[in-house]
Amino acid sequence: MKTRIWGFAAAAALSALAAVPASAHRQWMMPSSTVLSGDDVWVTVDAAVSNDLFYFEHQPLRLDAMKAWAPDGNEAAIENKATGRYRSTFDVHLTQKGTWRIASVVDGVMGSYDLNGKTERLPRGTTTANLAERIPAGATNVRTAESNNRNEIFVTVGEPTTNLFVPTGKGIELVPVTHPNDLFAGEAATFQFLLDGKPVAGLPVTVIPGGIRYRDQLGQLDFQTDADGKVEINWPEPGLYWLNVTTPRAGREEDAAAAAGPQRRASYVTTLEVLAP
Amino acid sequence: MQLATPARILGGTIGLGAVLVAPAVAANPGTMDVTIHIPRLKVAEYHKPYVAIWVEKPGSKAKTVAVWYDHDMKANEGTKWLRDVRQWWRAAGRSMSFPANGITGATRAPGAHKISFSRVQLGATDAGQYTLVVEAAREVGGRELLRIPFSWPAKASAGGRAAGTSELGAVSIAFR
Repeated sequence: MKTRIWGFAAAAALSALAAVPASAHRQWMMPSSTVLSGDDVWVTVDAAVSNDLFYFEHQPLRLDAMKAWAPDGNEAAIENKATGRYRSTFDVHLTQKGTWRIASVVDGVMGSYDLNGKTERLPRGTTTANLAERIPAGATNVRTAESNNRNEIFVTVGEPTTNLFVPTGKGIELVPVTHPNDLFAGEAATFQFLLDGKPVAGLPVTVIPGGIRYRDQLGQLDFQTDADGKVEINWPEPGLYWLNVTTPRAGREEDAAAAAGPQRRASYVTTLEVLAP
Repeated sequence: MQLATPARILGGTIGLGAVLVAPAVAANPGTMDVTIHIPRLKVAEYHKPYVAIWVEKPGSKAKTVAVWYDHDMKANEGTKWLRDVRQWWRAAGRSMSFPANGITGATRAPGAHKISFSRVQLGATDAGQYTLVVEAAREVGGRELLRIPFSWPAKASAGGRAAGTSELGAVSIAFR
């Protein structure tokens, strides 16, 4: 996605504008249910990158990094995977009671180096593990920054549990004050977001209700984390909501960017289901 | 609408009326009679609703006294839809196991259904204010929830009533 954006942003003057379409594509997962009962429980998930929420109309979300964790912390199988033209889909057999996590976490390294008088970008797919081999001998002025992108959803069989919410300390993570599978319209929910394991004030949090195709107004709700990394959200109505948290984007002045090197970036995406009271 | 059902006598009575039909007015009632009308609906695909009945008291955990669902399907498959009785599922159901002894029951056909609970079954051994909640959710249909406040110690003359408009008809309580 991002390489395409960069492609037509050849002119430096356009690079600021290029950020707009980049943020307009939204990646998401949509589970068949978030609150489940029964003895033999399955969830099916659609996953896509699109403009409108939650309609698969642009690109499928790649499943390479998709994983699931059972309430006891063990990794569980992603079954019946398929990636079509506009969406991916898969199933998870929910064999335990409690809250499950389904997540695609993609970590990477962005950056550049100078070689033979030219500045080169690190290729896509660079990670901390392969960084050393991707920097050629003789490279100077190596500037790198880590990027962490987490797209995850939670589904609960029976009573919600919280033992999967122990932060890894990497990227942006959600810590429930209100459990993400216990949301009702008319009740405020509070979530804490950690960046690399620590609360950070001022992280932008965007919340957009699904069903965009059939209304004129986006209905976007904007928040910023407080000093504890927390936001309180009042759901205007029942439905599915897309929630996105990012590290703040600084201005893209070429000079400033060159001087400071690449910025450390992290993003968090989840889909929340708010039930009718 | 509900023909020849015994509890029809109760239908349309409120408060004082319950006294008139009470067989023997005990000084200290120990039993609550609950009458639930399930409406007959003219729909192409009708399934008897799942119904949960529970008691709420501020500061206490909700106590389920009855759940009517498809409890006799193979592999307990009827439990898949329990979460659609969603306020009950949140208040109590999601922390329970099914079938629940003394609580699980079969779904009921349209008509009036009378069930009785002792003070202990209701979890109302402490004196105070309680609320009886009845919630119905129907497959390929809607959902409705009714609340009737009551207090204990109960008086035989006390009662209560609420009227549904879609998935539930009249629901009433009386003490004996």
